[in-house]
This record gives sequence, C-alpha cells and structure tokens, in this order.
Amino acid sequence: MATHAPAAPVETGSSRYFVPNPSVWPFILTAALALVVYGVAGYLEDRALPIKPMIIAGAVLAFYIIFRWCRDVAMESEHGSYNLQVDRTFRWGMSWFIFSEVMFFGAFFGALFYTRMLSVPWLGGDGSKLLTNLVLWPHFEAGWPSNGPGHVGGEFEGMEAWGLPAINTLLLITSSFTVTWAHHALKENKRLKCILFMWVTIALGATFLFCQAKEYMHAYDVQNLTLHSGVYGSTFFMLTGFHGMHVTLGTLMLIIITLRLMSGHFKPDRHFGFEGVAWYWHFVDVVWIGLFTFVYVL
Amino acid sequence: MPNLSPRVNLVLRSIVAALLGLGTFVARAADTMENAYWNMPKGVTEISHRVWWLHMYAFWICVVIGVLVFGVMFYSLFAHRRSKHPVPATFHESTTVEIAWTIAPFIILIAMAVPAAGTLIKMYDTRNADLTIKITGYQWKWQYEYVDQGVSFFSTLESKANAARQLHSGIDPKTVPNYLHDADNYLILPVGKKVRFLLTSDDVIHGWWVPDLAVKKDAIPGYINEMWAKIDEPGTYRGQCTVLCGRDHGFMPIVVKAVSEPEYEQWLAQQKGANAAPAPAAAATPAATEVAGAEPAPIPAASAPAAAPAADAAKPAAAAAPAKLGHDELVKNGEKIYASTCAACHQATGQGMKPAFPALVGSAVVAGPVDGHITQILKGKNAMPPFGPQLSDADVAAVATYERNSWGNHSGDVQPAQVAALRGK
Amino acid sequence: MAEAHAHDDHGHDHSHDHAHGPDKGIMRWIKTTNHKDLGTLYLWFSATMFIIGGLMSLAIRAELWQPGMQYFDPELFNQFTTMHALVMIFGGVMPGFVGLANWMVPMTIGASDLALPRVNNWGFWILPFAFTLLLSTFFLPGGAPAGGWTIYPPLVLQTGNSFPLLVFAIHLMGISSITGAINVVVTILNMRAPGMTLLKMPLFAWSWLITAYLLIAVMPVLAGAVTMLLTDKYFGTSFFNAAGGGDPVMFEHIFWFFGHPEVYILILPSFGIISTIIPTFARKPLFGYASMVYAMGSIAFLSFIVWAHHMFTVGIPLAGELFFMFSTMLIAVPTGVKVFNWVATMWQGSMTYETPMLFAVAFVFLFSIGGFSGLMLALAPVDFQYHNTYFVVAHFHYVLVPGAVFGIIAAVYYWIPKWTGVMYNETLGKVHFWWSVIWINVTFFPQHFVGLAGMPRRIPDYAVQFTDFNQISTIGAFLFFIGQFVFFYNILRCALWRTGMKPATARVWEGAYGLEWTVPSPAPYHTFEDPPHVTDAESPWAH
Ligand code: HEA
Ligand code: HEA
Ligand code: HEC
Ligand code: CUA
Ligand SMILES: [Cu+2]
Repeated sequence: MATHAPAAPVETGSSRYFVPNPSVWPFILTAALALVVYGVAGYLEDRALPIKPMIIAGAVLAFYIIFRWCRDVAMESEHGSYNLQVDRTFRWGMSWFIFSEVMFFGAFFGALFYTRMLSVPWLGGDGSKLLTNLVLWPHFEAGWPSNGPGHVGGEFEGMEAWGLPAINTLLLITSSFTVTWAHHALKENKRLKCILFMWVTIALGATFLFCQAKEYMHAYDVQNLTLHSGVYGSTFFMLTGFHGMHVTLGTLMLIIITLRLMSGHFKPDRHFGFEGVAWYWHFVDVVWIGLFTFVYVL
Repeated sequence: MPNLSPRVNLVLRSIVAALLGLGTFVARAADTMENAYWNMPKGVTEISHRVWWLHMYAFWICVVIGVLVFGVMFYSLFAHRRSKHPVPATFHESTTVEIAWTIAPFIILIAMAVPAAGTLIKMYDTRNADLTIKITGYQWKWQYEYVDQGVSFFSTLESKANAARQLHSGIDPKTVPNYLHDADNYLILPVGKKVRFLLTSDDVIHGWWVPDLAVKKDAIPGYINEMWAKIDEPGTYRGQCTVLCGRDHGFMPIVVKAVSEPEYEQWLAQQKGANAAPAPAAAATPAATEVAGAEPAPIPAASAPAAAPAADAAKPAAAAAPAKLGHDELVKNGEKIYASTCAACHQATGQGMKPAFPALVGSAVVAGPVDGHITQILKGKNAMPPFGPQLSDADVAAVATYERNSWGNHSGDVQPAQVAALRGK
Repeated sequence: MAEAHAHDDHGHDHSHDHAHGPDKGIMRWIKTTNHKDLGTLYLWFSATMFIIGGLMSLAIRAELWQPGMQYFDPELFNQFTTMHALVMIFGGVMPGFVGLANWMVPMTIGASDLALPRVNNWGFWILPFAFTLLLSTFFLPGGAPAGGWTIYPPLVLQTGNSFPLLVFAIHLMGISSITGAINVVVTILNMRAPGMTLLKMPLFAWSWLITAYLLIAVMPVLAGAVTMLLTDKYFGTSFFNAAGGGDPVMFEHIFWFFGHPEVYILILPSFGIISTIIPTFARKPLFGYASMVYAMGSIAFLSFIVWAHHMFTVGIPLAGELFFMFSTMLIAVPTGVKVFNWVATMWQGSMTYETPMLFAVAFVFLFSIGGFSGLMLALAPVDFQYHNTYFVVAHFHYVLVPGAVFGIIAAVYYWIPKWTGVMYNETLGKVHFWWSVIWINVTFFPQHFVGLAGMPRRIPDYAVQFTDFNQISTIGAFLFFIGQFVFFYNILRCALWRTGMKPATARVWEGAYGLEWTVPSPAPYHTFEDPPHVTDAESPWAH
C-alpha cells in the first residue's frame, strides 16, 4: 500500500492496499456540520446568537468540503489508484450504507404501522384499551386517516392515491429502467446513449420532485392536510418528506455522475461511482413503492 | 470431553455436598428472607405472594447454577494453574458437551417460564372487580377518584417532609416519620375486595407502585392502564412514583391504607357528606375532598368585576358573592395550598428558580390585574400546568390572595366569585 | 494513551516511499488516516469521557450519601444521571471499543488498515464535536437534558434550550457509529489476508463483525426516533401525543428496538476480548470456537426481538408480554454457552494470572452475576417489582462496568505492549485489579438490596431506611474511581515516559496466538503492507 502518490500504479504484489493521503476534509466537514447544527439549535430555541450567518457559513463550507472530498475520490479513481480490492470495498460500503438508510426509513414505517394498527384503534377502544376510549376519549371512533381524538390540526382530507402519486410511481419506476439502460450503454461503451439516458433519468427525478411539491401545496392549501394533522399528517409528511429529500440527493448525485460521464470519466468495466449512484436510485425507488403501497393505497 | 481427569468426579461430589449444605441454609434463610429490609417484601396480596415466590425461585436457581459453574471455574483456576499443572491439555471441542449445555439451560428456563406465565395471566385479569379507582398522575401529585362514588381528591408529599427535602433545609430527614413515604391524603381501600385501578396521567409518564401490593404500572397520558389488587390484611402500605417525571419525581409518595369494610363504608359516607355541603372553608384542609364532576357551580356572571382595578377588586365581588371570605382566612388557606401545590416550582420563598420558574416576588402578574393572575392559575402557561381542574374557586382565590400579600407583595385580595367568573372563559 | 506515541518515531520499519509521511504536531492527528493513529485517538477520547462520566457518577453518589438534599437541586441531579449515562455509553464504551477495533481488527486479520481510512478519520472527529455540543448544554439556561438517557416523551419534550442540541448530538454520534461500523464490516469482509477464512478469524474480529452489523441496523432507528421527538416539539407532529392519535409508548418501542441491541453492542466486543485473552493465559486453544460464533450470532438475532422487556409495566397486551418474556429468557442459552466455553477453556489449562487474565476471569464471574439478575428481570410478573428500582441499576452496572469496561481494561493491558513496545508494570496492574474488583462490588452489590427493598432509581433523595446500603455504595464508588488513576499512570508510562522500560517481545505472551504477534512490538506504523501468510499455527482452534 502506501500509495501516497495518487498516481502510483496498483495491483502489484506489494501495493495490494490503498491508503489515501492524510486529509483535512473530514475534520473541517465536521466543524461545518457542528456550526450548522448549533445554528439550527439556536434557531429552534430562539437564542440570541448570530444564527443565520452560522447556518449559512456552515452549510456553504460543508457543501464545499463535500465537493472537494468527492473530487479527490474521483481523481484518485481516474488516476487508477483504486485496485479491484478498493472497488469491492466501495461496493460493500455502499451496500451497508443503503442498509442503514433502510433502517432509518424502517423507524418511520414502524411509526406508521404502530399508529395505524395499534394506537389509533386503541384510542377508539379496541382490544384491551376499551376504557381508554370510554373514560378519556368517549366520542372518538377509530379510522384511517386519523388526526386522533383531539382532532389535532382540524378537519382535513386524506391523500388520494390514484392522482399525482400514481403518476409519480410511474415516473420513478420508469427512471429505474432508464438508469439501468444507461448502465448497459456504459458497459457497451456507448457513451452518448448512456449520457442521454442519464439525462432522461434526471428529468424523471426532477419531474417527480415537481409533482411532489405540487402535491404538498395542494395538501396545505386545499386539503388542510399539514404536519399538524395528527398522526396521519405526521407520518404522511415525514415519510414522503424524507423520501423527497433522498430523491433530491439522488438527483444531485445523478447530475454529478452525468457531468463526470460527459467529461470522459468512467470506463466500461470500471465505474463504481456510476453504479453506486444507480443503486442508490433503485433504493429510493423501492422505498417509494413501499410508500405508495402503505401510505397512499392501503 | 476427552481427557477429563478423575478429578471431575471429586469436583462433582464436592458440589453435591455443597448443594446439600446450601439446601439447609436455604431453608433457614428463607424464613428470615420474608420482609427482610434487604429483600423484596412478601406483601399482602395473593399475587404479591406468588411474585415473591417466583423471585426467590429464580434467585435460588441462579445461585445454584452460579455455584456449580463458578465452583468449577474457581477449582480450575486453583488446580490448573501453571505451577500445579504445567502441561496444558489440548482439547478444544466436544459436540456432546456443547449440545448438553445448550439443552440443560433451556430446560431450566422452561421450568421458570411456566409459573411466571401463570402468574402474569392472573395479574392481567382485571374482570369482576368490586370497586374501581381512577388514578391520575400529575407533576407531582396523584389524584384518586372513587368511580361512581363521587369522591375524589389529590395526594401530595406530606408537608414536614416537603420542608425537610428542600436543598439545605437544615432539617434532618431522620426526624420526619416515613420521610418521603408519607402523603397528605391516603388512598383508603377496603380489605378483601378486588379493587380495579384505572391509571392515567395528565402530563408526563408517571409510575404507580406499591411494593406490598405487587402492583406497578406506568401512567400514560392519553391512555388508561388497568391493574388490580385484593388486599388481605389491614394496614398502611407505602410506595412512590417510579417513572422519572421531572424535577420532583422523587417526591411523589403513594400511601394506601387498607381498612375493614365497615370502616371503609363509613369513611366513604363521610367523604360524600363533606362534599355534599361544600363550605369553601373545607378547602382549608389542603386537597381535601371535592365532588368529582361537580365543579363548583359558576356564580352568576353579573358579579364579574372584569374591569375593576386590581386594588379594589375585592369590593364589587364581595357584594354579589355568596361566600365572601375574610382576608386572614384567605391568606391562611392560601399559604397551605401554596406550600403543597405551588412551592415545588415557585419555592416557599416565592423566589422561583431561575430561569425555569419565575419569581412571584415583584412579579408583574401578581402585582397586575386580578384577572390575569387568576387566569394564569386556572389555565397555566407554558411549563406551568393548569390548576383549574384541581383547585376549587375558593382554593384559587386563597392562593392568589396569599401570593398578592406575601413576600412584600401588596396587591389586594381575591374572592372566589371572581375566580368563578373567569372559569370556563 | 500509550499507543499515542508508540510511533512518534514513525521512521522505523518503513523503508520505502513516504515521500510525505504523516504531518507533524497536531495536524498529524487531525489529518491522519492511519488506523493506529485513529485507534489511539479513539482510546484517548474514550478515557477522557470515562473520567467525565465517572465524575458525574460521583456527583450522583455524593448526593445519595444520605437522605435529604445536600448538594444539588433535583433538576441538576437528573441532569447528572442523564448525562452520566449518555457520556459513559456513547462517549466511553462505544468509542473505546471502536478504538480497539481500529487497532486490532486489521492486525488480527492481516490487513494493512481499515477499508475506508478517510471515512474512519471522519467517524472519529465527529465525536469531539458531538460531545462538545452535548456537554455544553450544562451551561445553557435551563441546563442539560434531564429526562434520563432513555429520553422518553412527553418528559423530554419539557427540556429547554438544550433539547435540539441533545437531538443533534445523537444524530452526530449515530453518523460516527455507522461510519465506524461500516468500516469494520467492510474491512473484515474484504480485507482478510489470503487464507484467513471466516472460521479461522480471531474471535475479536468476529465479535466486532456482529457488533458492527447491530450498529448499522439500529443506530439509524435511534436517529429516526429522535427526529420524531424534534418534530413533535417544534413542528407540530403528533407521533407521541394521544390527542393526535399517537402514543408516548410508541417512542419507547422505537427507542428500545435500538436500545436493546445497543446493550449487546456494549458487550459483544468484550466477549471477543475475553475469548482472546483466556486461551492465551490458559495456554490452551479456545474451547468451542464454532459454538462461540454461533452463540454471538444467536444473541444478535435474539436482541432484535426482546426489546419490550424494558417496558413490561407500560401496559402491553398480555400476548406481547408473554412473547417478550420468553424471547428474553432465551438469550440466557447462547450466553450460557459462552460462559461454559470460557470455563472449559480454562479447564486443564496451564494458567498464569497476569493482569489481563485477572480482569478476564473477573469478567466471566461478575458479568454472569449481572446476567443472572438480567434473567430475573426477564420474568415479567417479577419485573413489576424490580422495574425502575436500584435492582435494575445493579443489574446493568454489573454487565456494564465489570462487563464492558473490564473488557476494555483487559484489552488495553493485553495489547498495550504491542502498541508501545514496552511492558506495563505488572505489580501496579495487579494492584489496580484487586482494588477495582473489590470496590466495584462494594459499589454495586448493595444496590440489589436497596432496589429489592423498594428504592426507585432516578431519585435524588430517598426514604431513610435505604441509608446504609447507599452509604456503602457511595464509599465503593469513590474508591473505585480513585483506583483507576493507578491504571492511567501505568498506561501513561508506557505511552509517554517509556525510556528505560522493559521492551516487549514480538509475541509478548507466551501462549498468545494471532497475526498481531507475528509483527514486532511496537507494531510498525503500517503493518502487513504485504499480506501475511496465514498459517494454521495462529488459529489453533481451526484444526
Ligand atoms: C452490557 C449490557 C447488558 C447486557 C449484556 C444485558 C444482559 C441482559 N439483560 Fe439487561 N440491561 C442493560 C444492559 C445489559 N443487559 C441496561 C443498560 C438496562 C437498563 C436500561 C435502562 O432502563 O436504563 C438493562 C435492563 C434490563 C431489563 C429491564 C429491566 C427493567 O427496566 O425493568 C431486563 C428485563 O428483562 C434485562 C434483561 C437482561 C437479560 C435477560 C440479559 C441476558 O443477556 C443475560 C444473559 C446471561 C446470563 C443468564 C448469565 C450467564 C449464563 C449462564 C451461566 C447460563 C445458565 C443460566 C441460566 C439458564 C439461568 N435487562
Ligand atoms: C457504560 C456505562 C456505565 C458506566 C461505566 C457506569 C459507571 C458508574 N455508574 Fe452508572 N449508569 C449508566 C451507565 C454506566 N454507569 C446508565 C445507562 C445509567 C442509567 C441512567 C438513567 O437512569 O438514565 C446509570 C445510572 C447510574 C446511577 C443511578 C442514577 C439514578 O438512577 O439516579 C448510579 C448511582 O449510583 C450510577 C453510578 C455509577 C458509578 C459509581 C459508576 C462507576 O463505575 C464509575 C467509575 C468508572 C470509571 C471511572 C470508568 C473507568 C474506565 C476506565 C478506567 C477505562 C479507561 C479506558 C481506556 C483506557 C480506553 N450510575
Ligand atoms: C410545574 C411547575 C409550576 C407549578 C407547580 C406552579 N407554577 Fe406558576 N409558573 C410556572 C412557570 C414555568 C411559570 C412561567 C410561565 C411562563 O411565563 O412561561 C409560572 C408563572 C406563574 C405566575 C406568573 C409569574 C410571572 O411573573 O410571570 C404566577 C402568578 C404563578 N405562576 C402562580 C402559581 C400558582 C398560584 C401556583 C400554584 C397553584 C403555581 N404557579 C404553580 C411553573 C409552575
Ligand atoms: Cu411522577 Cu415520577
Ligand atoms: Cu434489554
């Protein structure tokens, strides 16, 4: 190992391992994150700190560092510093990272199932909680969507599955196909086709986000469905909101990869950066199918 | 396991001998174990006896396993040290042995699980209760309601203990009887009756626990938990809140007094009587009883001196209110209510605790218009809970008057009628 | 600690390249991507946090010296309890284990470094920032979080200014743990030396593989849970509010879905350490290697389906209660297998009792006492009596202090000669051991008694009949704490002041097996630049 010079060739017996140069990015990234976090904490608790500059400076710095860090990685990759083992490392790493994301969504899906199948029925007197209903919430009848016996947030209308959400489902499923076609094209070294399909994928992702934004506005303006609408509003917006954030991130990553493709990065047989992003995109897609099923349809 | 020396034999035999010795000790110790101050109390209900038995049963199983396993280990540490046993054996697996010591614990566990499941099922059976008590946790007191009896009251830390437990109070807790385990009002229950408890909370999660009854459940805001007890012996049984519920979690005692049935009936009748003729002065005994559901009837709104300046607020109210109270009486009652209800946050000195709990000394609200002051007490504000549901009009008037006339405040008296006028607004 | 300066003379042993080796001074530590440097940083950090957390526990014990309120306002007491636990668990034990993994996982499997060194640096440097945020809350108006480390709503939602910092600090710690865990998993799956099959892998690596899996699975769930707290408090959601259809108990479910696997995260690496140390000093291969691996796997699996044993009293329906009781009890089976295997490893060995072995033996014994009380707690009907009393406090300190912490201490003694190249002082080590083992029991054994007699946990003041046992416990706590400075002195000598000390041989312990002993002591800055040849001699259990 000890490939301190990024340009060093690899795969020779004594350089089986790749250890990157010492780097200051992680430290500064953390400092930037700490700034953002401290600023947001101050904002939430109305403390008299220079809150806005803190958040902005931290965020700008963080984005800059992430950019530089990613660029370092891309450069190392393009210079051939990464051998097959590093490639496997990235594959494993990305898989486990996606697994951790699955568990993160799992917490919110868990909350959805719990409230839908347990707590709301209990408040309506189901199972062993008859007295909870009789004594504390006498006029409440359980159902779904629900904003609970306190009608938190006021009357609202639940989300209909077969309008925009269904279109969104189609968009995301299609985009999973287009990104796969792009991948095949890359493997066949048809770069133009690949780039084309990438832009189609990005467009689909962006359209999805646009529809999602529309849906949210409709929910707030017309349906009176907000974050404040009891557990229905809470689970709906938190699940779709975090998903939307992941789509945004995924789209950004797709754009970066496409720009790299356009500047000649990646080889037909070595392009983990591309694949990692594609995996991520599929993951976002699968989460959406879960959402569509459990949040909208059922 | 290959290569086991004949020593194993010896070990096994000495273990059996040790167990026999232990057996006698167990039998002897078991007597003194009941209600020892270092063990779980055996309690006074059938369930608590079963639980105690299970506890001891599990304990002795663990002791026996421990003695066996660590007997072997310590023997080995001694006998197989290098100076005595210079050449180590080389075995490192034995499927038979490994399977055996997977199955053996499994069987032991079943022997524990079966009686435990039986007891648990009994504990969950709240059907056919003779009477029902609704318990509500508040920061930091308990409310007991005798459902369908129209009797309900609050129970807080007894006042001597409350004084002693203040930081640097200078009072030795050892001089306070039942320090932290005594309350101003006891939950009175009849013996020999199946009592069902409905447990809930008004703010955060609390835990209601009386060890002698082997009853412990969490009080969850918005939900009702059920449990039950059938007390066999008359007596006073003490416990305290068991779920961290904020600053004064340690100061939420629970006292159950179990009495014979006739005594219970008599007590109940007395409570109902006391409540039937609600003399506002009855509130002099702090947190005395109050008819559940019968919130003091609002006094005609005509008397509401909404616009009256604070200083002479008392006068117009006095004219219309049926129960005008004297200044001294108000202050005297108010002081007691203050000590039991407000001092936890605002402190006996009225200095509060910065920054969470504001001082009432020189407070703009206390010095300001009466209405704002009353509303704050009735409805609460931010971290201050609403006291409307707990305090009668007379109570609120008394405590407000006390605050307005203590620690250098001089902003006049408050009459129950003024409170009544603001209630429900 | 020691390792810190093991290689301030990092010139040795790298003959080639290093056109620009590590930076000098502070920048070396900030920028380093070397697993040994980062391991060292993690261990320093952990030790610092242990001291801070220990001081808070002394504050708790001081206030509990006698009934009545002596020193602290009840609110401040609650802050100490909450922060003590958070600091010990997330700042002490977990980074301690990650530090050991940084140092030893690559060295025991024949890898040159962790798989993702830059990410590794990030994972470490998050921690000082996260804990600065968390500890700074003591100085905010309203003070630090005081709702217990279990941060149950609605109580925790009453937290003042420090609330968002609590949430974000937990998010940051989660990122740190997840990156650290991914690194370990990937290293183990991808970077083993040729010939090092999974079943030849040393148990420390195995224990960490499983721990890392648990971490990746549950830390995101905790992140989700605290995010819901945040939105409930500031954005009007109703996850934990019955009026909106939510349930405060739902938080407990989500928290303990994280929390129970978490407690095994706090013990599995110690299992690995003990399984490494006992064979060395018994001079006999580990008994039942394969069943040790399966046992850890079973424990990890079961840990996902037992969480509600922390919630027996919240009013779960009967069927749920029974399920969680039975599944919890089952964990005694694989744990028992481990204990029996350790004892069988000692059996007919040829044992000597150097300090690591002493701590390992104490671990087996005292951890099991904690395990036994855990089993008693698992009996739901009896847990109604135990729950939230000092009996529980006694249980978990037995598994955490003479369990997890003794594991870390044993590992430090065991490997420090490899890190620094010099032997620690054995006499001081023995003094440290006997002192610790006595006072830890004096501290925590009486807590079983007060708990059974009815003393709830998380109270700053208690009824007078509990005084005696509390005083014993307080005495034990102070003396135990003081004794740790013998340890710190001992390891600081190895780390900083080692001129004239006895150099360590490569193998260090005559009975030791494993690749780490095939390289010189101190281990070179970069080990195994060429993958080592794995021989069966270093994994005697495998044949
Ligand atoms: C390292 C951490 C660790 C470990 C390993 C354990 C191990 C176990 N724990 Fe513990 N536990 C905690 C940390 C840990 N715990 C913490 C921190 C809390 C409190 C959290 C809080 O509320 O703040 C807690 C609380 C806790 C509770 C909740 C108590 C309550 O709040 O009311 C319960 C209940 O079931 C429990 C059970 C168990 C069991 C059954 C085991 C088992 O894994 C133990 C298995 C081991 C043995 C049984 C001993 C060895 C076995 C043999 C020698 C074989 C033969 C034995 C038999 C067949 C009996 N634990
Ligand atoms: C790993 C976790 C851990 C550790 C180590 C400890 C250690 C100690 N704990 Fe803690 N404790 C908890 C976890 C831990 N505790 C938890 C989870 C709670 C529950 C909180 C809650 O209710 O919310 C709790 C609560 C708790 C209470 C109950 C408080 C209450 O209910 O109000 C008490 C009371 O006595 C207590 C005391 C102590 C004492 C005296 C020690 C002493 O052992 C401290 C002395 C120890 C040391 C100083 C560490 C020494 C370590 C080393 C020497 C290693 C060095 C490392 C390297 C070289 C890398 N603890
Ligand atoms: C749980 C703690 C708590 C208890 C008990 C409590 N209060 Fe308060 N009180 C508060 C808090 C917190 C505030 C500040 C509210 C705010 O402005 O956000 C407050 C404010 C007040 C104020 C206004 C002070 C000012 O200057 O703003 C008055 C008057 C008052 N309380 C009276 C009472 C009375 C009377 C009682 C008893 C019947 C009582 N409080 C019990 C917590 C409490
Ligand atoms: Cu109420 Cu603790
Ligand atoms: Cu657990």
